[in-house]
Amino acid sequence: MVINGFTLQEHISTGGMALVWTVTREDDATPLIMKIPLLLDSDDPLPIVCFETEQMIMPRLTGPHVPRFVAAGPLDPMPYIVMERIPGESLKSRLDEVPLPWAEVVAIGAKVAKALHDLHLQKVIHLDIKPSNVMIRETGEIVLIDYGFARHEQLPDLLAEEFREPFGTTPYMAPEQVLQDRADPRSDLFALGVMLYFFVTGERPFGNPRGGQIRKRLWRDPVPPRALNPDCPPWLQEIILRCLEVHPQDRYATAAQLALDLDNPDQVKLTERADRLARDSGMKTFRRWLKARKAQPLETPNIVGQLSRAPIVLAAVDLSPGSEDLAEALRLMVQRILSLETEARIACVNILKTSRIAVDILEDAEGNSLHVQRLVQLKHWGSSLGVPEERISYSVLEAPDPAAALVDYARHNNVDHIVIGARASSALRRYLGSVSSQVVAEAPCSVTVVRTPKDRRAQNG
Amino acid sequence: MLIAILTDIHGNREALSACLAHARLLKVDRFVFLGDYVGYGADPAWVVDTIRTMVDQGAVALLGNHDAAIDGPDEDMNSTARQAIQWTRGQLGPEQRRFLADLPLIHEDGNVLYVHANGYAPRNWDYMDGPMEAIRHFSRVEAHITFCGHVHVPMLYHMSTTAKVGSFSPVADNDIPLLPTRTWLAVIGAVGQPRDGVAAANYAVFDTARQTLRYLRVPYDTATAARKVREAGLPEKLAVRLEQGR
Repeated sequence: MVINGFTLQEHISTGGMALVWTVTREDDATPLIMKIPLLLDSDDPLPIVCFETEQMIMPRLTGPHVPRFVAAGPLDPMPYIVMERIPGESLKSRLDEVPLPWAEVVAIGAKVAKALHDLHLQKVIHLDIKPSNVMIRETGEIVLIDYGFARHEQLPDLLAEEFREPFGTTPYMAPEQVLQDRADPRSDLFALGVMLYFFVTGERPFGNPRGGQIRKRLWRDPVPPRALNPDCPPWLQEIILRCLEVHPQDRYATAAQLALDLDNPDQVKLTERADRLARDSGMKTFRRWLKARKAQPLETPNIVGQLSRAPIVLAAVDLSPGSEDLAEALRLMVQRILSLETEARIACVNILKTSRIAVDILEDAEGNSLHVQRLVQLKHWGSSLGVPEERISYSVLEAPDPAAALVDYARHNNVDHIVIGARASSALRRYLGSVSSQVVAEAPCSVTVVRTPKDRRAQNG
Repeated sequence: MLIAILTDIHGNREALSACLAHARLLKVDRFVFLGDYVGYGADPAWVVDTIRTMVDQGAVALLGNHDAAIDGPDEDMNSTARQAIQWTRGQLGPEQRRFLADLPLIHEDGNVLYVHANGYAPRNWDYMDGPMEAIRHFSRVEAHITFCGHVHVPMLYHMSTTAKVGSFSPVADNDIPLLPTRTWLAVIGAVGQPRDGVAAANYAVFDTARQTLRYLRVPYDTATAARKVREAGLPEKLAVRLEQGR
């Protein structure tokens, strides 16, 4: 059978809402699938509204973490969406093996978080993150599929208009989704938290509830993962339980900030969440229940707003003797950024320059590690910023090329903004090139170059 | 084909010039004007002449309530609007008045309807300014997509296959797919007298091939437009409106 130039090949699945066929078209070798909404049951508008939503949003999405949109069919002869076929299986195929080794769960979590951040940057919240909607490309990249429940900040939200009852995949729905709030990107972090919990413990944190039972997550906290699987490290429990916080503002501010913690376990600030081995007492739960009875949809921030309030800012700190004034100027600039971007995460980075050829002796005359010394200095610099510990991290990178190391770090960790000090330009500097100018030229993000008042005065002659 | 849709120009030369220049940069193929060329602003004659020339070149222009009031009754209008209409009558020659009087109320292009105020009773000038009004429109109009003005504030209403009506406050510079599965009522904001607190002209571009609608905002010289309103002796309120966009 041929529909508008697409030849139907193999019927691969029938979900609750759509039929999926593999299709081909002439002069196109790309493997494709066609999704056809199930419109047989005309009493239920959900399949058609989800289909409309996907048809609106998918053509807007780009990048490796989404299936490439190919075509959409009008009602006549039949509605459909054709998109790239992602080979391989979804994470659902791993559910038989749960609990998975925690290290693997962390690796999956970091990748999914980065894919989510990429989606959020495109002004879209997925709102149906679950294992069957997460696929892995052969190149290892995560692909998030199925945008039937998604929300694009700049397009009409057809689902919110159509339904007066909460909808979604109940085990993974964030509390605010239960309250029919569809505007917070941190809802996706909750769903990812459910997924990580399930992978690491073998159980769903809120079971598989139905009807009014889905509200229970507004007051009943899940059994801490370490009570179910003692292999789960405390820092991972910290991360998972933070994702599962009832109020979005208690979770990570962005998926990029979550990815940063999953990639850097040693930097995770442990709180009482990490040590918990039992659920909260009856009294505490009861108080939350009382509060939840009155819970209303929150006044929610928009997607772009939430992301811009909570950037990852890399402060590249030079700690060499004679740079004290520059370090101070840098500190003032970072503080100014923090006063505007109130949920920013600050990554303080210092580069320990190594030579390219020789084996470096990274100890001083007394045998103290230079690395540790630098870290101590860096923490001293950062502590005066007054940022809560869970939003600041310290790294000393050993590298022969400081600028390249900074740019790499920024790229790997989704850094939004680099703040770096520079000496006033001089003939020698222009000739040799400076670290800051190389960072400006190569960084994937915004860069602010800070100079000291003293250098500015010297320049003015 | 790209169709630029402009409405509620209200004698604002600066705003219309800015929108036309903007639309030409986008290389639009066609212009449709949804009415209200006159009233409120200081340059009604220039605006009417510009629209007449464009109609001669293939543009579509429809009748608005202020245009109809030039040679008709004005007692339904508030006092400021009536004052402006009375001043405007003195600014227009017989040719310009005849052009306005002869304008059609609606324009149909396949299943797309263009109209000044609403699709079910174009001459009663009912405002499409809320979901209830949109429901009244959807229940009586067959067209798949309707473009109207009259309200001055941009809004997009849509009705699902199960007859649920939603409203969406559009963001500028953003292509919205007008899906074939829904019925659409697109209220285009005013060119010459914006009222949503943004002192920039509104218009929209409809891409017929992709079936997408893009709402646009065009900054223009509000200071000059407001100064001319004052110099013409029109109510001060009308000048302030242009400066504040409300």
